[in-house]
Amino acid sequence: MPLELEDPRVIEFDVRTDEMLVNMGPQHPSTHGVLRLVLRTDGEIVSEVEPHIGYLHRCAEKIGENLTPRQWVPYTDRMDYLAGMNMNLGWSLCVEKLLEHQLSEKAQHLRVIISEMGRIASHLVGMGAYGLDLGSFSPFLYAFREREKILDLFEEACGARLTYSYITPGGCTADLPNGWLQKCADFLDQFEPIIQEYHALLTTNAIFIKRTAAIGTMSPEMAIQYGCTGPVLRGSGVDYDLRRDGEQRYTEMYDGYAFEVIVEKDGHYPKDHDYPAVPKDAVLGDCWHRFYVRMLEVVQAVDLVRQAIDRYSTATGDYGVPIKLTTKLPKGEAYLETEAPRGQMGFYLVSDGNAIPWRVRARSSSFCNLSVTADLCRGCLIADVPAIVGSLDVVMGEIDR
Amino acid sequence: MNPTSLTPHQFKYQPMTGTSLLSRLQQQFGDKITGSNLEAIDPWIEVAPASLPEICQFLRDDAELAFDLLNCITGVDYFIADPKKAAKAGWDPHIEVVYHISSISKKHSLVVKVKVPRWKDGQEGQLPEVPTVSHLWRTADWHEREVFDLSGIRFTGHPDMRRILCPEDWVGYPLRKDYEMPLEYHGIRGR
Repeated sequence: MPLELEDPRVIEFDVRTDEMLVNMGPQHPSTHGVLRLVLRTDGEIVSEVEPHIGYLHRCAEKIGENLTPRQWVPYTDRMDYLAGMNMNLGWSLCVEKLLEHQLSEKAQHLRVIISEMGRIASHLVGMGAYGLDLGSFSPFLYAFREREKILDLFEEACGARLTYSYITPGGCTADLPNGWLQKCADFLDQFEPIIQEYHALLTTNAIFIKRTAAIGTMSPEMAIQYGCTGPVLRGSGVDYDLRRDGEQRYTEMYDGYAFEVIVEKDGHYPKDHDYPAVPKDAVLGDCWHRFYVRMLEVVQAVDLVRQAIDRYSTATGDYGVPIKLTTKLPKGEAYLETEAPRGQMGFYLVSDGNAIPWRVRARSSSFCNLSVTADLCRGCLIADVPAIVGSLDVVMGEIDR
Repeated sequence: MNPTSLTPHQFKYQPMTGTSLLSRLQQQFGDKITGSNLEAIDPWIEVAPASLPEICQFLRDDAELAFDLLNCITGVDYFIADPKKAAKAGWDPHIEVVYHISSISKKHSLVVKVKVPRWKDGQEGQLPEVPTVSHLWRTADWHEREVFDLSGIRFTGHPDMRRILCPEDWVGYPLRKDYEMPLEYHGIRGR
């Protein structure tokens, strides 16, 4: 007698077949670079996932032991190449912390403008590529169309489109060109209504919700245990953002800004904007929530840039002159974490009193975020593996360093 | 959509853990705390390698400290090949394993250091050993593998002590100061 079950999916889990090892990557398009996952599968069910990393390893930390801090700045934006500005900022602040160098007000507002624009650009790629992972091509083009405009603005400010090296220890390499702020403000005005398009394409899309809601659910305890940070941590409902809770050297940049941490509190997200409603299928900590947090951070970054532009135009001081290449670093060590788009990016600098550091270390946010995959993917369907890995939004350049 | 309609946010700063912590730890663990510097940019304490898991467990589970997040593990190699320069350095060759920990709920951070010899029992090739903390913070799992891979420190009790970034058949520990890039790796010129 054939077995009759109400839910046809149940049968899937009942049938046992031979175990098979499936190699996903390192050239798989939906693994965000050169990530190799070895899946142990039983039919469609994944019983074990083992990530293999290191294909992009170039030991940037060793290189840093042979260069002065300013010369190492270009290596930082090749780590997380989608958010080069934020990586420059993290390293610069770490060096300034060791040097106890204080920036002018104007330079700090400039850094807020630049790093929040970088966050928008990075989250746009994260959003577009996530659509690609789930088989929807158009959001990618929509995202890149707007990202292109941000890259144009960055190009005008520093001459590069991807590897900026714009924020350096001591300040920035150059002041903003004339009329840049107006162009930036125009872009924000044009960009803000477009976010609704993204919500229509992905956030509220029924297929997208089916693919992401209640998939890869991570509890807050698990997120903290694995050291997950950034949108991955906040997607699990942990109220922690270094822009508010970080070290003084970093939070003073955001002092006085109207700003709320994007996290679900008492069942709802901050209500300062018209956000699309949370679908009833979504569970806190699933792929959908991680994606949603990123989308809301884009809206928030737009707000922050607007405020920063206002403050920058009235602020006093200079844009900050980079430190000299031959500047001797004081003997000691400094560790500083900043809130990069992918999580807490930490830099550690040990100095023995020379101009060249004794040891540099980059604590990568994606590295920790990726380590959770093995746990998240246990027992899911093969088709859900790209959905889960994509929702962590990892960049391999940063993981392998 | 108007940013001024938001309430201005009150920022919370991250207080560094001060002398009261040190006296508490010293009371609890005595001479297992082998050193400290609370005046440094990032205050640090140094502990004996064998008692590291015990102290970390206390730091994590104590309600007042609640260090629930392990940020980073770093291996720092202190070694100068040139004997003349080494004499001036003011320290004997050793390796430091540096743990940066912080607390999400209490919003403070601390640095814990462990000092080990460069080679176990002074025999070159024998990796120094530090007990693992991967059972306390899962972050340590991959970070310890990375430190093992690049700095050459074996973490005893770690469930899966393999190289993580370098290939499995790689020879040497790149972040050691006396490391030399191999001349050739599987037919690829090294230097």
